[in-house]
Amino acid sequence: MKFTKFVRKNIRRTPYQAIAALMVMFLTFIIVSVFSLLTLGSQKILSFYESKPQAIAFFKDRTTAQDVKAIENSLEQTGKISNFKYVSQDEALQIYRDRNKNNPMLLELVTANILPASLEISTKSPEDLNMVAQIVKKEPVVEDVVFREDVVASLTQATHLIRVVGGGVTAFLMVFSILLIVMIIGFKIRLKRDEIEIMKLLGASAWFIRIPYILEGITYAVAGAVLAWVVSFAALWQLQPLLATLLGEAAQNILPVSPIFALELLGAELVLAVLVGGLGSLAALRRYLHL
Amino acid sequence: MISFQAVTKKFSTNITALEGINLEIQNGEFIFLVGPSGAGKSTLLHLLTREYKPSEGKIIVNDLEPSKLKPSQIPDYRRRIGFVFQDFKLLDDRTVWENVALALQVRGMPEAEIAKEVDRVLKLFEIWERRSLFPRQLSGGEAQRTAIARAIVGKPSILLADEPTGDLDPQTASSVIKLLEEVNSWGTTVLMATHNREIVDNAKRRVVTLKGGQIVKDTQEGKYEVH
Repeated sequence: MKFTKFVRKNIRRTPYQAIAALMVMFLTFIIVSVFSLLTLGSQKILSFYESKPQAIAFFKDRTTAQDVKAIENSLEQTGKISNFKYVSQDEALQIYRDRNKNNPMLLELVTANILPASLEISTKSPEDLNMVAQIVKKEPVVEDVVFREDVVASLTQATHLIRVVGGGVTAFLMVFSILLIVMIIGFKIRLKRDEIEIMKLLGASAWFIRIPYILEGITYAVAGAVLAWVVSFAALWQLQPLLATLLGEAAQNILPVSPIFALELLGAELVLAVLVGGLGSLAALRRYLHL
Repeated sequence: MISFQAVTKKFSTNITALEGINLEIQNGEFIFLVGPSGAGKSTLLHLLTREYKPSEGKIIVNDLEPSKLKPSQIPDYRRRIGFVFQDFKLLDDRTVWENVALALQVRGMPEAEIAKEVDRVLKLFEIWERRSLFPRQLSGGEAQRTAIARAIVGKPSILLADEPTGDLDPQTASSVIKLLEEVNSWGTTVLMATHNREIVDNAKRRVVTLKGGQIVKDTQEGKYEVH
Protein backbone atom coordinates (compact mmCIF):
# COMPACT_ATOMS: atom_id res chain seq x y z
CA MET A 1 0.00 0.00 0.00
CA LYS A 2 2.76 2.44 0.99
CA PHE A 3 4.60 1.63 -2.27
CA THR A 4 1.58 2.24 -4.48
CA LYS A 5 1.01 5.57 -2.74
CA PHE A 6 4.63 6.51 -3.44
CA VAL A 7 4.27 5.50 -7.10
CA ARG A 8 1.04 7.52 -7.50
CA LYS A 9 2.70 10.57 -5.97
CA ASN A 10 5.80 10.15 -8.11
CA ILE A 11 3.77 9.95 -11.31
CA ARG A 12 1.62 12.94 -10.36
CA ARG A 13 4.68 15.07 -9.63
CA THR A 14 6.13 14.65 -13.14
CA PRO A 15 3.06 14.45 -15.38
CA TYR A 16 4.81 15.22 -18.68
CA GLN A 17 7.30 12.41 -18.23
CA ALA A 18 4.48 10.10 -17.25
CA ILE A 19 2.53 11.03 -20.40
CA ALA A 20 5.64 10.56 -22.58
CA ALA A 21 6.29 7.14 -21.04
CA LEU A 22 2.65 6.14 -21.44
CA MET A 23 2.60 7.23 -25.10
CA VAL A 24 5.75 5.32 -25.99
CA MET A 25 4.49 2.23 -24.19
CA PHE A 26 1.14 2.60 -25.96
CA LEU A 27 2.91 2.84 -29.33
CA THR A 28 5.02 -0.24 -28.57
CA PHE A 29 2.10 -2.35 -27.46
CA ILE A 30 -0.26 -1.19 -30.21
CA ILE A 31 2.39 -2.44 -32.65
CA VAL A 32 2.59 -5.71 -30.70
CA SER A 33 -1.21 -6.04 -30.83
CA VAL A 34 -1.48 -5.19 -34.53
CA PHE A 35 1.28 -7.57 -35.58
CA SER A 36 -0.08 -10.32 -33.34
CA LEU A 37 -3.50 -9.94 -34.93
CA LEU A 38 -1.99 -9.82 -38.42
CA THR A 39 0.12 -12.91 -37.76
CA LEU A 40 -2.83 -14.81 -36.36
CA GLY A 41 -5.10 -13.62 -39.18
CA SER A 42 -2.68 -14.51 -41.98
CA GLN A 43 -1.99 -17.87 -40.35
CA LYS A 44 -5.70 -18.63 -40.21
CA ILE A 45 -6.27 -17.52 -43.82
CA LEU A 46 -3.35 -19.67 -44.88
CA SER A 47 -4.68 -22.71 -43.09
CA PHE A 48 -8.10 -22.01 -44.61
CA TYR A 49 -6.62 -22.18 -48.12
CA GLU A 50 -4.41 -25.11 -47.18
CA SER A 51 -7.47 -27.03 -45.99
CA LYS A 52 -9.13 -26.53 -49.37
CA PRO A 53 -8.23 -28.82 -52.29
CA GLN A 54 -5.11 -27.30 -53.64
CA ALA A 55 -5.15 -29.02 -57.00
CA ILE A 56 -8.03 -30.40 -59.03
CA ALA A 57 -7.44 -32.94 -61.82
CA PHE A 58 -10.30 -33.06 -64.34
CA PHE A 59 -10.83 -36.41 -66.06
CA LYS A 60 -11.67 -37.08 -69.71
CA ASP A 61 -14.98 -38.74 -70.50
CA ARG A 62 -15.09 -42.48 -70.10
CA THR A 63 -12.45 -42.54 -67.38
CA THR A 64 -12.97 -45.72 -65.38
CA ALA A 65 -12.85 -46.28 -61.66
CA GLN A 66 -9.70 -48.38 -62.18
CA ASP A 67 -8.00 -45.42 -63.90
CA VAL A 68 -8.82 -43.18 -60.94
CA LYS A 69 -7.66 -45.84 -58.48
CA ALA A 70 -4.34 -46.16 -60.35
CA ILE A 71 -3.77 -42.40 -60.14
CA GLU A 72 -4.62 -42.39 -56.42
CA ASN A 73 -2.12 -45.19 -55.84
CA SER A 74 0.67 -43.43 -57.69
CA LEU A 75 -0.06 -40.23 -55.71
CA GLU A 76 -0.01 -42.09 -52.40
CA GLN A 77 3.38 -43.49 -53.25
CA THR A 78 4.87 -39.95 -53.39
CA GLY A 79 4.24 -39.54 -49.64
CA LYS A 80 3.45 -35.84 -50.25
CA ILE A 81 -0.32 -36.07 -50.22
CA SER A 82 -2.39 -35.14 -47.21
CA ASN A 83 -5.81 -35.84 -48.74
CA PHE A 84 -7.68 -36.53 -51.99
CA LYS A 85 -11.31 -36.85 -52.91
CA TYR A 86 -12.97 -38.15 -56.08
CA VAL A 87 -15.87 -35.95 -57.29
CA SER A 88 -18.15 -37.74 -59.78
CA GLN A 89 -20.06 -35.94 -62.56
CA ASP A 90 -23.26 -36.11 -60.49
CA GLU A 91 -21.52 -34.68 -57.44
CA ALA A 92 -20.01 -31.94 -59.61
CA LEU A 93 -23.47 -31.06 -60.84
CA GLN A 94 -24.75 -30.90 -57.26
CA ILE A 95 -21.90 -28.54 -56.30
CA TYR A 96 -22.63 -26.43 -59.37
CA ARG A 97 -26.31 -26.26 -58.44
CA ASP A 98 -25.53 -25.24 -54.88
CA ARG A 99 -23.26 -22.45 -55.99
CA ASN A 100 -25.65 -21.11 -58.58
CA LYS A 101 -28.96 -21.73 -56.87
CA ASN A 102 -29.89 -18.06 -57.25
CA ASN A 103 -29.43 -18.09 -61.00
CA PRO A 104 -32.01 -20.43 -62.64
CA MET A 105 -30.79 -19.63 -66.16
CA LEU A 106 -27.34 -21.05 -65.43
CA LEU A 107 -28.91 -24.13 -63.87
CA GLU A 108 -31.02 -24.85 -66.93
CA LEU A 109 -28.05 -24.87 -69.31
CA VAL A 110 -25.95 -27.41 -67.44
CA THR A 111 -26.32 -31.18 -67.14
CA ALA A 112 -24.13 -33.80 -65.50
CA ASN A 113 -22.64 -34.80 -68.87
CA ILE A 114 -21.10 -31.36 -69.40
CA LEU A 115 -19.26 -31.37 -66.09
CA PRO A 116 -16.21 -33.60 -65.85
CA ALA A 117 -15.45 -35.90 -62.93
CA SER A 118 -12.44 -34.72 -60.93
CA LEU A 119 -9.95 -35.59 -58.20
CA GLU A 120 -9.38 -32.92 -55.50
CA ILE A 121 -5.86 -33.20 -54.12
CA SER A 122 -4.28 -31.58 -51.04
CA THR A 123 -0.54 -31.81 -50.41
CA LYS A 124 1.14 -31.78 -47.01
CA SER A 125 3.26 -28.81 -48.07
CA PRO A 126 2.37 -26.16 -50.69
CA GLU A 127 5.88 -26.50 -52.19
CA ASP A 128 5.03 -30.03 -53.37
CA LEU A 129 1.99 -28.94 -55.29
CA ASN A 130 3.79 -28.31 -58.58
CA MET A 131 5.51 -31.72 -58.53
CA VAL A 132 2.21 -33.49 -57.79
CA ALA A 133 0.46 -31.56 -60.58
CA GLN A 134 3.15 -32.65 -63.07
CA ILE A 135 2.68 -36.34 -62.12
CA VAL A 136 -1.07 -36.13 -62.57
CA LYS A 137 -0.83 -34.20 -65.86
CA LYS A 138 1.13 -37.06 -67.41
CA GLU A 139 -1.79 -39.45 -66.92
CA PRO A 140 -3.59 -40.00 -70.28
CA VAL A 141 -7.06 -39.91 -68.66
CA VAL A 142 -6.47 -36.43 -67.20
CA GLU A 143 -7.77 -33.57 -69.30
CA ASP A 144 -6.43 -30.68 -67.22
CA VAL A 145 -5.03 -29.80 -63.77
CA VAL A 146 -5.75 -26.49 -62.00
CA PHE A 147 -4.14 -25.58 -58.71
CA ARG A 148 -3.99 -22.75 -56.19
CA GLU A 149 -0.24 -22.71 -55.87
CA ASP A 150 -0.02 -18.92 -56.30
CA VAL A 151 -2.52 -18.08 -53.56
CA VAL A 152 -0.92 -20.40 -51.01
CA ALA A 153 2.63 -19.40 -51.94
CA SER A 154 1.77 -15.68 -51.70
CA LEU A 155 0.07 -16.21 -48.36
CA THR A 156 3.01 -18.22 -47.02
CA GLN A 157 5.32 -15.43 -48.10
CA ALA A 158 3.07 -12.74 -46.60
CA THR A 159 2.81 -14.59 -43.28
CA HIS A 160 6.57 -14.95 -43.16
CA LEU A 161 7.03 -11.27 -43.98
CA ILE A 162 4.54 -10.20 -41.30
CA ARG A 163 6.40 -12.31 -38.73
CA VAL A 164 9.81 -10.94 -39.68
CA VAL A 165 8.77 -7.29 -39.96
CA GLY A 166 6.55 -7.54 -36.86
CA GLY A 167 9.31 -9.20 -34.87
CA GLY A 168 11.87 -6.62 -36.00
CA VAL A 169 9.68 -3.57 -35.31
CA THR A 170 8.54 -5.01 -31.97
CA ALA A 171 12.13 -5.76 -30.89
CA PHE A 172 13.21 -2.23 -31.87
CA LEU A 173 10.32 -0.64 -29.95
CA MET A 174 10.94 -2.88 -26.92
CA VAL A 175 14.55 -1.71 -26.73
CA PHE A 176 13.41 1.90 -27.22
CA SER A 177 10.82 1.51 -24.45
CA ILE A 178 13.33 -0.02 -22.04
CA LEU A 179 15.74 2.86 -22.72
CA LEU A 180 12.98 5.41 -22.14
CA ILE A 181 12.14 3.79 -18.79
CA VAL A 182 15.86 3.87 -17.91
CA MET A 183 15.94 7.61 -18.68
CA ILE A 184 12.76 8.47 -16.77
CA ILE A 185 13.51 6.35 -13.70
CA GLY A 186 17.14 7.55 -13.77
CA PHE A 187 15.90 11.14 -13.76
CA LYS A 188 13.58 10.41 -10.83
CA ILE A 189 16.41 8.81 -8.86
CA ARG A 190 18.63 11.86 -9.39
CA LEU A 191 15.74 14.14 -8.46
CA LYS A 192 15.25 12.25 -5.20
CA ARG A 193 18.89 11.81 -4.28
CA ASP A 194 18.47 13.65 -0.95
CA GLU A 195 15.35 11.68 -0.08
CA ILE A 196 17.16 8.43 -0.81
CA GLU A 197 20.07 9.49 1.42
CA ILE A 198 17.65 10.27 4.27
CA MET A 199 15.90 6.94 3.83
CA LYS A 200 19.25 5.15 3.95
CA LEU A 201 20.11 6.92 7.21
CA LEU A 202 16.73 5.96 8.65
CA GLY A 203 17.64 2.33 8.03
CA ALA A 204 15.69 1.64 4.83
CA SER A 205 16.82 -1.56 3.16
CA ALA A 206 18.02 -1.46 -0.43
CA TRP A 207 14.83 -3.10 -1.67
CA PHE A 208 12.61 -0.74 0.33
CA ILE A 209 14.20 2.07 -1.68
CA ARG A 210 14.25 0.20 -5.02
CA ILE A 211 10.73 -1.29 -5.10
CA PRO A 212 8.80 1.98 -5.71
CA TYR A 213 11.02 2.77 -8.73
CA ILE A 214 10.55 -0.72 -10.16
CA LEU A 215 6.78 -0.45 -9.63
CA GLU A 216 6.75 2.94 -11.33
CA GLY A 217 8.45 1.55 -14.46
CA ILE A 218 6.08 -1.41 -14.52
CA THR A 219 3.07 0.90 -14.05
CA TYR A 220 3.96 2.89 -17.21
CA ALA A 221 4.41 -0.29 -19.25
CA VAL A 222 1.27 -2.03 -17.96
CA ALA A 223 -0.87 1.09 -18.46
CA GLY A 224 0.46 1.43 -22.03
CA ALA A 225 -0.18 -2.25 -22.74
CA VAL A 226 -3.76 -2.23 -21.43
CA LEU A 227 -4.57 0.97 -23.34
CA ALA A 228 -3.08 -0.47 -26.55
CA TRP A 229 -5.03 -3.71 -26.13
CA VAL A 230 -8.32 -1.86 -25.62
CA VAL A 231 -7.72 0.42 -28.62
CA SER A 232 -6.61 -2.38 -30.96
CA PHE A 233 -9.62 -4.60 -30.17
CA ALA A 234 -12.01 -1.64 -30.36
CA ALA A 235 -10.59 -0.85 -33.82
CA LEU A 236 -10.89 -4.50 -34.86
CA TRP A 237 -14.51 -4.52 -33.70
CA GLN A 238 -15.22 -1.46 -35.84
CA LEU A 239 -13.42 -2.89 -38.88
CA GLN A 240 -15.05 -6.33 -38.65
CA PRO A 241 -17.76 -5.73 -41.35
CA LEU A 242 -15.18 -4.29 -43.76
CA LEU A 243 -12.79 -7.21 -43.17
CA ALA A 244 -15.59 -9.71 -43.67
CA THR A 245 -16.31 -8.19 -47.09
CA LEU A 246 -12.66 -8.02 -48.10
CA LEU A 247 -11.73 -11.55 -47.02
CA GLY A 248 -14.87 -13.21 -48.32
CA GLU A 249 -15.03 -16.93 -47.61
CA ALA A 250 -11.77 -16.90 -45.61
CA ALA A 251 -13.23 -14.45 -43.06
CA GLN A 252 -15.30 -17.20 -41.43
CA ASN A 253 -12.03 -18.71 -40.21
CA ILE A 254 -11.02 -15.50 -38.43
CA LEU A 255 -14.04 -13.43 -37.46
CA PRO A 256 -15.24 -12.80 -34.89
CA VAL A 257 -11.91 -12.95 -33.04
CA SER A 258 -12.12 -15.48 -30.23
CA PRO A 259 -12.41 -13.91 -26.75
CA ILE A 260 -9.97 -16.58 -25.53
CA PHE A 261 -7.37 -15.30 -28.01
CA ALA A 262 -8.08 -11.69 -26.94
CA LEU A 263 -7.49 -12.61 -23.29
CA GLU A 264 -4.40 -14.65 -24.16
CA LEU A 265 -2.99 -11.67 -26.03
CA LEU A 266 -3.77 -9.39 -23.07
CA GLY A 267 -2.01 -11.84 -20.74
CA ALA A 268 1.03 -12.06 -23.01
CA GLU A 269 1.20 -8.27 -23.34
CA LEU A 270 0.96 -7.83 -19.56
CA VAL A 271 3.84 -10.27 -19.06
CA LEU A 272 5.82 -8.39 -21.70
CA ALA A 273 4.95 -5.06 -20.04
CA VAL A 274 6.15 -6.27 -16.65
CA LEU A 275 9.38 -7.41 -18.31
CA VAL A 276 9.92 -4.12 -20.18
CA GLY A 277 9.05 -1.93 -17.18
CA GLY A 278 10.93 -4.10 -14.73
CA LEU A 279 14.04 -4.43 -16.86
CA GLY A 280 14.11 -0.69 -17.61
CA SER A 281 13.73 0.20 -13.94
CA LEU A 282 16.34 -2.33 -12.83
CA ALA A 283 18.80 -1.01 -15.41
CA ALA A 284 18.20 2.56 -14.15
CA LEU A 285 18.66 1.47 -10.52
CA ARG A 286 21.88 -0.31 -11.42
CA ARG A 287 23.16 2.74 -13.27
CA TYR A 288 22.03 5.56 -10.97
CA LEU A 289 21.29 4.18 -7.50
CA HIS A 290 24.28 3.10 -5.49
CA LEU A 291 23.17 1.75 -2.15
CA MET B 1 28.96 1.75 24.59
CA ILE B 2 30.74 3.55 21.76
CA SER B 3 34.48 3.14 21.41
CA PHE B 4 36.84 4.80 18.94
CA GLN B 5 40.22 3.06 18.97
CA ALA B 6 43.03 4.93 17.18
CA VAL B 7 40.61 5.92 14.41
CA THR B 8 41.95 7.81 11.41
CA LYS B 9 39.86 8.88 8.43
CA LYS B 10 41.56 10.03 5.26
CA PHE B 11 39.59 11.14 2.18
CA SER B 12 42.64 11.05 -0.05
CA THR B 13 46.36 10.83 0.50
CA ASN B 14 46.58 14.47 1.49
CA ILE B 15 43.23 15.10 3.24
CA THR B 16 43.04 13.71 6.76
CA ALA B 17 39.70 14.44 8.44
CA LEU B 18 40.40 12.56 11.69
CA GLU B 19 43.64 11.23 13.07
CA GLY B 20 44.28 8.81 15.92
CA ILE B 21 40.94 9.32 17.66
CA ASN B 22 40.53 7.46 20.96
CA LEU B 23 37.18 8.03 22.60
CA GLU B 24 34.98 6.04 24.95
CA ILE B 25 31.31 6.96 25.36
CA GLN B 26 29.19 5.20 27.96
CA ASN B 27 25.55 4.34 27.39
CA GLY B 28 23.25 7.18 28.36
CA GLU B 29 25.88 9.94 28.16
CA PHE B 30 25.21 13.39 26.66
CA ILE B 31 28.30 14.68 24.88
CA PHE B 32 29.00 17.89 23.02
CA LEU B 33 31.47 17.72 20.14
CA VAL B 34 32.95 21.16 19.60
CA GLY B 35 35.65 22.58 17.41
CA PRO B 36 36.19 24.95 14.49
CA SER B 37 34.79 24.17 11.06
CA GLY B 38 36.74 21.36 9.44
CA ALA B 39 37.84 19.95 12.81
CA GLY B 40 36.25 16.57 11.99
CA LYS B 41 33.04 16.70 14.06
CA SER B 42 30.72 15.73 11.22
CA THR B 43 33.15 13.08 9.96
CA LEU B 44 33.10 11.49 13.41
CA LEU B 45 29.29 11.34 13.35
CA HIS B 46 29.23 9.94 9.80
CA LEU B 47 31.67 7.22 10.85
CA LEU B 48 29.14 6.18 13.49
CA THR B 49 26.32 5.96 10.93
CA ARG B 50 28.60 3.85 8.74
CA GLU B 51 28.40 6.30 5.86
CA TYR B 52 32.19 6.23 6.06
CA LYS B 53 34.59 3.52 7.11
CA PRO B 54 37.69 4.39 9.13
CA SER B 55 40.94 4.35 7.14
CA GLU B 56 42.72 3.04 10.21
CA GLY B 57 41.67 1.92 13.68
CA LYS B 58 38.46 0.44 14.96
CA ILE B 59 35.02 1.67 16.01
CA ILE B 60 32.84 -0.44 18.28
CA VAL B 61 29.16 0.42 18.81
CA ASN B 62 27.33 -1.76 21.33
CA ASP B 63 29.58 -4.76 20.59
CA LEU B 64 29.28 -4.29 16.83
CA GLU B 65 32.03 -3.13 14.51
CA PRO B 66 30.15 -1.09 11.86
CA SER B 67 32.97 -1.22 9.31
CA LYS B 68 32.76 -5.02 9.29
CA LEU B 69 29.02 -5.13 8.59
CA LYS B 70 27.83 -6.58 5.29
CA PRO B 71 25.80 -4.13 3.14
CA SER B 72 22.64 -6.09 3.98
CA GLN B 73 23.27 -5.60 7.73
CA ILE B 74 23.75 -1.83 7.57
CA PRO B 75 20.03 -0.86 7.48
CA ASP B 76 19.37 -2.83 10.66
CA TYR B 77 22.40 -1.21 12.34
CA ARG B 78 21.21 2.28 11.33
CA ARG B 79 17.79 1.67 12.86
CA ARG B 80 19.53 1.70 16.26
CA ILE B 81 20.86 5.22 15.62
CA GLY B 82 18.85 8.41 15.27
CA PHE B 83 20.29 11.32 13.29
CA VAL B 84 19.32 15.01 13.44
CA PHE B 85 20.70 17.54 10.93
CA GLN B 86 21.19 21.30 11.00
CA ASP B 87 18.95 21.70 7.92
CA PHE B 88 16.38 19.19 9.30
CA LYS B 89 16.37 17.09 6.11
CA LEU B 90 12.63 16.57 6.20
CA LEU B 91 10.98 15.27 3.03
CA ASP B 92 9.19 18.23 1.44
CA ASP B 93 6.38 16.24 -0.13
CA ARG B 94 5.38 14.51 3.11
CA THR B 95 3.48 15.93 6.04
CA VAL B 96 4.90 16.09 9.57
CA TRP B 97 3.07 12.85 10.39
CA GLU B 98 4.35 11.09 7.24
CA ASN B 99 7.92 12.24 7.85
CA VAL B 100 7.91 10.73 11.32
CA ALA B 101 6.11 7.60 10.17
CA LEU B 102 8.76 6.97 7.50
CA ALA B 103 11.28 5.98 10.17
CA LEU B 104 8.97 3.14 11.21
CA GLN B 105 7.80 2.22 7.72
CA VAL B 106 11.37 1.41 6.66
CA ARG B 107 11.40 -1.17 9.46
CA GLY B 108 8.33 -2.88 8.05
CA MET B 109 6.27 -2.17 11.16
CA PRO B 110 2.49 -2.79 10.84
CA GLU B 111 0.52 0.35 9.93
CA ALA B 112 -1.60 0.25 13.12
CA GLU B 113 1.49 0.21 15.32
CA ILE B 114 3.08 2.99 13.27
CA ALA B 115 0.01 5.16 13.74
CA LYS B 116 0.03 4.57 17.49
CA GLU B 117 3.75 5.34 17.92
CA VAL B 118 3.76 8.38 15.64
CA ASP B 119 0.74 9.88 17.40
CA ARG B 120 2.38 9.30 20.78
CA VAL B 121 5.67 10.99 19.79
CA LEU B 122 4.00 13.94 18.05
CA LYS B 123 1.94 14.62 21.17
CA LEU B 124 5.00 14.27 23.37
CA PHE B 125 6.93 16.78 21.25
CA GLU B 126 3.93 19.12 21.08
CA ILE B 127 3.67 19.07 17.29
CA TRP B 128 0.50 16.96 17.12
CA GLU B 129 -1.50 19.94 15.91
CA ARG B 130 0.97 20.46 13.07
CA ARG B 131 0.78 16.84 11.90
CA SER B 132 -0.96 17.61 8.59
CA LEU B 133 1.38 20.44 7.60
CA PHE B 134 4.24 20.14 5.14
CA PRO B 135 7.80 21.13 6.16
CA ARG B 136 7.64 24.44 4.27
CA GLN B 137 4.68 25.44 6.45
CA LEU B 138 6.62 24.95 9.71
CA SER B 139 8.78 27.32 11.75
CA GLY B 140 12.44 26.35 12.29
CA GLY B 141 11.70 25.08 15.79
CA GLU B 142 8.76 23.00 14.63
CA ALA B 143 10.80 21.55 11.78
CA GLN B 144 13.59 20.57 14.17
CA ARG B 145 11.10 19.05 16.61
CA THR B 146 9.73 17.01 13.73
CA ALA B 147 13.25 15.93 12.77
CA ILE B 148 14.00 14.89 16.35
CA ALA B 149 10.66 13.07 16.56
CA ARG B 150 11.57 11.18 13.39
CA ALA B 151 15.00 10.35 14.81
CA ILE B 152 13.70 8.95 18.09
CA VAL B 153 10.35 7.38 17.14
CA GLY B 154 12.11 4.06 16.52
CA LYS B 155 13.58 4.17 20.04
CA PRO B 156 17.26 4.22 19.01
CA SER B 157 19.92 3.72 21.67
CA ILE B 158 22.07 6.52 20.19
CA LEU B 159 21.04 9.94 18.92
CA LEU B 160 23.51 11.88 16.77
CA ALA B 161 22.85 15.57 16.19
CA ASP B 162 24.94 17.58 13.72
CA GLU B 163 24.56 21.25 14.66
CA PRO B 164 20.81 20.90 15.29
CA THR B 165 20.51 24.48 16.55
CA GLY B 166 22.60 26.04 13.78
CA ASP B 167 19.63 27.53 11.93
CA LEU B 168 17.57 28.45 15.00
CA ASP B 169 17.15 31.58 17.11
CA PRO B 170 18.49 31.34 20.72
CA GLN B 171 15.08 30.73 22.29
CA THR B 172 14.15 27.96 19.86
CA ALA B 173 17.66 26.50 20.12
CA SER B 174 17.24 26.32 23.89
CA SER B 175 13.92 24.47 23.52
CA VAL B 176 15.55 21.98 21.12
CA ILE B 177 18.32 21.31 23.66
CA LYS B 178 15.68 20.72 26.34
CA LEU B 179 14.11 18.20 24.02
CA LEU B 180 17.44 16.44 23.46
CA GLU B 181 18.03 16.39 27.22
CA GLU B 182 14.64 14.81 27.69
CA VAL B 183 15.51 12.15 25.10
CA ASN B 184 18.79 11.61 26.97
CA SER B 185 16.87 11.21 30.24
CA TRP B 186 15.17 8.11 28.73
CA GLY B 187 18.63 6.47 28.54
CA THR B 188 19.48 7.41 24.94
CA THR B 189 23.13 8.31 24.34
CA VAL B 190 23.25 11.77 22.73
CA LEU B 191 26.23 12.99 20.73
CA MET B 192 25.82 16.54 19.51
CA ALA B 193 28.19 18.55 17.32
CA THR B 194 27.74 22.29 17.83
CA HIS B 195 29.24 25.76 17.54
CA ASN B 196 26.83 27.22 20.10
CA ARG B 197 28.91 28.43 23.07
CA GLU B 198 25.95 29.41 25.24
CA ILE B 199 24.28 26.03 24.97
CA VAL B 200 27.46 24.13 25.75
CA ASP B 201 28.40 26.35 28.70
CA ASN B 202 24.92 26.19 30.24
CA ALA B 203 24.46 22.45 29.81
CA LYS B 204 27.38 21.40 32.04
CA ARG B 205 27.87 18.17 30.12
CA ARG B 206 30.91 16.31 28.84
CA VAL B 207 32.61 18.31 26.08
CA VAL B 208 34.99 16.78 23.53
CA THR B 209 36.98 19.38 21.60
CA LEU B 210 38.37 18.57 18.19
CA LYS B 211 40.94 20.51 16.23
CA GLY B 212 42.65 19.53 13.00
CA GLY B 213 41.10 16.07 13.16
CA GLN B 214 42.40 15.31 16.65
CA ILE B 215 40.87 15.41 20.12
CA VAL B 216 42.53 18.24 21.96
CA LYS B 217 40.35 18.25 25.07
CA ASP B 218 37.82 15.94 26.74
CA THR B 219 36.25 17.39 29.88
CA GLN B 220 33.34 16.33 32.10
CA GLU B 221 31.05 19.35 32.69
CA GLY B 222 33.21 21.19 30.19
CA LYS B 223 33.01 24.57 28.51
CA TYR B 224 33.10 25.69 24.91
CA GLU B 225 36.78 26.44 24.40
CA VAL B 226 37.59 26.73 20.75
CA HIS B 227 40.43 28.92 19.56
